Amino acid sequence: MKSLAELKAIRDKMQGQVGLRAESEAGTRVIVGMATCGIASGARPVLNTLSDAVMTKNLKDISVVQTGCIGLCQYEPIVEVLEPGKEKVTYIKMNPEKALEVVEKHLIGGTPIYDYTLQKAMK
Amino acid sequence: MYRSHVLVCGGTGCTSSGSQQIQSLLKEEIEKAGLSKEVAVVQTGCHGLCALGPIMIVYPEGTFYSAVKPEYIPEIVQEHLVKGRIVKKYVYEETVTNEEIKPLAETAFYKKQHRIALRNCGVINPESIDEYIGTNGYAALGKVLTEMTPEDVINVILDSGLRGRGGAGFPTGKKWQLARNLVQDGGQKYVCCNADEGDPGAFMDRSVLEGDPHAVLEAMAIAGYAIGASQGYIYVRAEYPIAVQRLKIAIGQAREYGLLGKDIFGTGFDFDIDLRLGAGAFVCGEETALMTSIEGNRGEPRPRPPFPAVKGLFARPTILNNVETYANVAQIILNGADWFKSMGTEKSKGTKVFALGGKINNTGLVEVPMGTTLREIVEEIGGGIPNGKKFKAAQTGGPSGGCIPPEHLDVPIDYDNLIAIGSMMGSGGLIVMDETTCMVDIAKFFLDFTVDESCGKCTPCRIGTKRLSEMLEKITKGQATLEDLDKMEELCYYIKDNALCGLGQTAPNPVLSTLRYFRNEYISHIVDKKCPAGVCKDLLKYEIDRDKCIGCGMCAKQCPASAISRTDYIAPGKKLAAMEIDASKCVKCGACMSTCKFGAISKN
Repeated sequence: MKSLAELKAIRDKMQGQVGLRAESEAGTRVIVGMATCGIASGARPVLNTLSDAVMTKNLKDISVVQTGCIGLCQYEPIVEVLEPGKEKVTYIKMNPEKALEVVEKHLIGGTPIYDYTLQKAMK
Repeated sequence: MYRSHVLVCGGTGCTSSGSQQIQSLLKEEIEKAGLSKEVAVVQTGCHGLCALGPIMIVYPEGTFYSAVKPEYIPEIVQEHLVKGRIVKKYVYEETVTNEEIKPLAETAFYKKQHRIALRNCGVINPESIDEYIGTNGYAALGKVLTEMTPEDVINVILDSGLRGRGGAGFPTGKKWQLARNLVQDGGQKYVCCNADEGDPGAFMDRSVLEGDPHAVLEAMAIAGYAIGASQGYIYVRAEYPIAVQRLKIAIGQAREYGLLGKDIFGTGFDFDIDLRLGAGAFVCGEETALMTSIEGNRGEPRPRPPFPAVKGLFARPTILNNVETYANVAQIILNGADWFKSMGTEKSKGTKVFALGGKINNTGLVEVPMGTTLREIVEEIGGGIPNGKKFKAAQTGGPSGGCIPPEHLDVPIDYDNLIAIGSMMGSGGLIVMDETTCMVDIAKFFLDFTVDESCGKCTPCRIGTKRLSEMLEKITKGQATLEDLDKMEELCYYIKDNALCGLGQTAPNPVLSTLRYFRNEYISHIVDKKCPAGVCKDLLKYEIDRDKCIGCGMCAKQCPASAISRTDYIAPGKKLAAMEIDASKCVKCGACMSTCKFGAISKN
C-alpha cells in the first residue's frame, strides 16, 4: 500500500463489517422473524439479503436482527422496521426481492411501502 | 458478508478457561447448521470481565453469554443463530431483566468505564489488520505523515497532557521533545516499547497487545516520525506467548501493507519494528536495564543521567514508553488534544486501565477516567468483596506501590493523589484485600518478590531488601521487639535514598505504607504475639472446646500431622470422649477446623 486512498478503500470495505459490532441503541432496527414458521416460509434468504444490503450500501445506524415467532404464522416471512420516534412498520410475506425494495425505498428513501404491510392485509 | 458475528474472547484469561474449545465447537455446530456463510466466528482480545470467562458475544444483538461451557454450544447455535431466540439462561445475569436483555454498556461493570486504550479489545480480531483499519486504524499515521510536522505531533501530545502509563507518570510529549531536540547529529534514534509487564497481578499491557496489537505499532511509527527515528523495538516478556504471537502476526501484516518499512505512504518516511523477548526478570522493566537487555547484555540498570533521551539504546537518543501509553496516541492524534484533556483531573488527563484482582467479585480489566474514586472501582465496577467480607485495603503499584486503607476510598485516583497517600499509580495492578488479609504478611510477600528479583548490582537493594524481609519474617514469627520496628523503618528510608534504580528505590514502599496505615497490626504481632487477621501461622493456636466436641473423631482423620487424639473427658450429654490438639505437633493447616461440623474448633 502506498497511498492514503488505498487505506481508505480498506477502511470503507471493513467499516460495514466491524460496524455490526457497535452497540447502536439509537438506530433503526430491522427485525426478521426467524422461528420455525418463518424459516419454513423462507425467512432466511430475506434475512441474508437484508443484512448484505445494509452492509454493502454501508447504511449507518441500522441493525438487522432476528427474533422468534411473532404469532402471525400465516403472514411469514415477517420483517419489522423500528425507527426511533416513528411507528413500527410490519412487512408480511416477504421475499428477497421485496426486501431489497424495502431497503431502497424505506431504509434509504424514508417512505414505507404500504402495499407490503400488515396494515394493508388487515383491511 | 455475514449477517451475524459471534465474538469469542481469545485473551489469556478466557483461553485458560477453555475458549479455544468453545471456538472450534462453535465453528463445527455452525457448519452443521449450514450457517457458515451467514455467521462469522471472530476471535477477539480481552473483554475485561475475566471472572466470567469464557466470554462470547453475538452481534448485531449484542448478546453477552458468560462462563460458556462446551455443552451450551449446540443449544445456542440451534436456538439463537438458527431461530433467533436468545438463550436467556446462559446470558450474563446482570443483562437479563424480565422483559428484555439490556445492553452491556448499562451493566455495573461497564457503565462507568470509558475505553480508549482498550477500545478495540474484545471488538476486533487482533489477527486481522483489515479489521483494525476498519475501526479507523492507521488513519492517525496517515494524518501525521501527510498533514503534520514532527513538531506539530509533539505539540499535540504535550498539549493533551498524556503521562506515562507505566507508573512514573512522566509527560509523554516532554519525553519526545527531549529526544527530538537534545541530540541533532542526524544519526540513528530509537523508539522502544516497554511490554515487560512484571507486577504481580497486573495484565493491562498483555491485554492491549493481545487485543489490539496494531494500535501499539501505529503509535510507535508516529513516535518515530516525531523524534526522527527509523527503528523501533518492542521488549515483551516471553511468558506472554499469545501476545508475542499476535505481535508477530501484526508486524508481518503491517510490513506487507507497507505500513511499516520503507517510504510509508510514499512520504519518504522509513520505520520498522522488531521484537525482543525478555526472559522474565522483573528488573528488565526498568528502562535502563531494559535497554541493556535489548543490546544483548545482562539486564542490569545503570545510573541516570544520562537519560535515555540523550544516551539510550546503543548510546543513541531513545524514547521508551509503556504499551498503554502508546495505545492512547493514535486516538489523541485523531480526536485532538482537547478531546483527551476533557477527561480526567487537573494534572492527570485521560483514562487509566486497572487490572482488578484479589478479594473482589469481578476480577478483570477495567478502564476508567482519571479521577474515578477507588470506591467506585471496588464497589460498583468490581461488584464488591465476595462472601460479605469487609474491605481492608487496596494495593496499587505492585511491589513499588503501597496499600490504600478504607479511609481513602473516596480519593479521586490520579498520579499525584496516589503519591500523596503513600502509594503510586504503577502500571495499574489493583489488588483488593479483605479483613482476612494480614498486612504484615502482604508486605512480606512483596518484599520476598523484590528480594528474588533484585539484580544484585547495588548493595542497598541486594542486601537491604534481604534484611528487610528477614525483619518481617521475625515479626510474623512473633520474635521481634518494638526496637526492631524502628530499625526496620530506618532501613526502609536508607534503601529508598541509596538504591541505584527504581526497583530498589521503591522496594520499601509496601512496608512503609502498611506501617503508615496499619501500624497497629505490626504492634499486635510484636507486643501481643497475635495476628489479628489469623494468617501468620506461628502466632496461631488451634483449640478444641471439649464441651462442644461430640467426639466423632472426624478432625483426627483429617489431620495430616496426627496431632489430634482422644482424651478421657466425656462432656455432659455426649456419648464419646472429646478430642484434643497437641500444639507441638500441629502444623496449623486448619483442616480440622473446616471439617468440624459442630463449631468446636477455634483458632486465635
